Amino acid sequence: MSLLELKDVHAFYGGIEALKGISLTVNEGEIVTLIGSNGAGKSTTLKSICGQVKVTGAITFDGKNITDQAVHQTAAAGIAHVPEGRRIFPRLTVKENLEMGAFSVKDKDVVSQMMERVFAYFPRLKERLRQLGGTMSGGEQQMLAIGRSLMMQPRILLLDEPSMGLAPILVEQIFEIIRELNREGMTILLVEQNAYQALQIASRGYVIQSGEMIMEDEASVLLESRKVKEAYLA
Amino acid sequence: MISDLLHSLPQVLVDGLTLGAVYAVVAIGYTLVYGILELINFAHGEIFMSGAFIGTAVMLMFESAGWLGAMPGWLAYMLIMAAAMLVTGLMGVGIERVAYRPLRSAPKLISLISAIGVSFFLQDLVRFIAELSTGSYLISSSTLYNDNLQLRVSKLGGSLGDAFLKTNTVILIVVAVLLMVGLDLFVKRTKWGIAMRAVAQDRETAALMSINVNKVIALTFFIGSALGGATGVLFAQQYGTVDPFIGYVLGIKAFTAAVLGGIGSIRGAMFGGLFIGMVEMFASANLGVLTSGNFGGEYKDVFAFAILIVVLIFKPEGLFGKAVKEKV
Ligand SMILES: Nc1ncnc2c1ncn2[C@@H]1O[C@H](COP(=O)(O)OP(=O)(O)O)[C@@H](O)[C@H]1O
Ligand SMILES: [Mg+2]
Repeated sequence: MSLLELKDVHAFYGGIEALKGISLTVNEGEIVTLIGSNGAGKSTTLKSICGQVKVTGAITFDGKNITDQAVHQTAAAGIAHVPEGRRIFPRLTVKENLEMGAFSVKDKDVVSQMMERVFAYFPRLKERLRQLGGTMSGGEQQMLAIGRSLMMQPRILLLDEPSMGLAPILVEQIFEIIRELNREGMTILLVEQNAYQALQIASRGYVIQSGEMIMEDEASVLLESRKVKEAYLA
Repeated sequence: MISDLLHSLPQVLVDGLTLGAVYAVVAIGYTLVYGILELINFAHGEIFMSGAFIGTAVMLMFESAGWLGAMPGWLAYMLIMAAAMLVTGLMGVGIERVAYRPLRSAPKLISLISAIGVSFFLQDLVRFIAELSTGSYLISSSTLYNDNLQLRVSKLGGSLGDAFLKTNTVILIVVAVLLMVGLDLFVKRTKWGIAMRAVAQDRETAALMSINVNKVIALTFFIGSALGGATGVLFAQQYGTVDPFIGYVLGIKAFTAAVLGGIGSIRGAMFGGLFIGMVEMFASANLGVLTSGNFGGEYKDVFAFAILIVVLIFKPEGLFGKAVKEKV
């Protein structure tokens, strides 16, 4: 059984239909990537999963129907969404940002264990605990955003363009960490415009265009596909 | 002239501190709600007034039941305070639920009008209840700790005069400071306090952290309103008489204090409250002297509003506020 499944999901912003009946599955332990150009509906797909937009269709997580569940409830159920643009709390310190990630974790020992684990991935964060989130560089903020979501001990990570606006060397680092998280068992749904790199670390991929899934296949197959090459890897 | 100013200075400081402490705690209520909803909760002045009435009502109840002599003053004070804080806190939660939450995605102006509506509703409701039960909307009760103290500042020499106050003045200032320190610690140190700040900064992302945003907003209203209600009790104990309209002008001045400090900033609200309290008392004592009798102390109210206008024109983000970037 797949961990996350979307079936014929439609999403609307007012009268605009941003998703026109998409389907997608993510199995436990996979990295699945969703690629597409600007405005295709990638972010809307992630927002549909975590309850930020109203949808019709069916979304199931771990066998339970989570369609239109409140955002804080999907988060508590184990879906961590690292939003586009990172969305660090700018006037909370790094430590407070991390603590908010662990908001629904009751046990303080677990929180500090999780924090140590986050520091193992991102040693930089440990040096900056007292700094305000908003004063960090883009790369550091992305690390904090991922670290913050790990504090939730999620069962799946939804990453929305984690490489956006970062220098190539940082992009490299972020992708390496995504791969490492996955090796340690984390299931990941990765949204990227950086299609080449995303397909290289993913096992499967979906291509979305104007709110419709136009392709779905093994990542290696998509990497070789002429259509994908022309449209997204140029 | 200088010696006149100096003579009244000790009294001005005591009165300014007292009034300033009241403004400061009420201002925090405005700033907390604004910080989280970007809404000016105009009903907050009426929450303060309701606190004063509840405190007075419980006091009258104690009196008529003959319990007042039977229990120590501090216990009566604490019970009155607790009752007023609980009821006003719940009122705040109810007001948010009924008058603001359904309008949360509507334009801000609509919520503002709703807030003004709630404000008038509470004035009339309290007036109705007061007149129904006592025949008058001006209500007095006996007060606790009303023995007079004299600060013999004149002994320090110069032209300084003495300052007169009551034991309750000291209680008012101390309790107000404790409330502010407690709130500051809560917001800085506790998980729910940090969540309040997180929701204020980015509501959507806070929800992604599994924070129940509605619960945090309700908590914010509870705390802000309970602080306002507690201040109402302190006020009623200080002045002995309350009426349904005491929250109106006081609320606007406390709001001015919040704007001066930088609306959304808790420490700014504290500073703004003290500043306006001081300015007002200074004006009230000295305007006559300074203008050779052309303007009397009754013009003191002008200052709060002049400050409001000057701040809004020259430094709309306030002294401690951050220039707000328009949210995309
Ligand atoms: N809040 C919104 N209101 C109205 N339209 C929106 C909103 N957010 C996104 N859209 C529209 O929905 C479509 C999909 O957007 P999005 O999912 O953000 O694309 P992507 O993440 O692939 O760049 C676009 O046409 C975009 O203009
Ligand atoms: Mg997007």
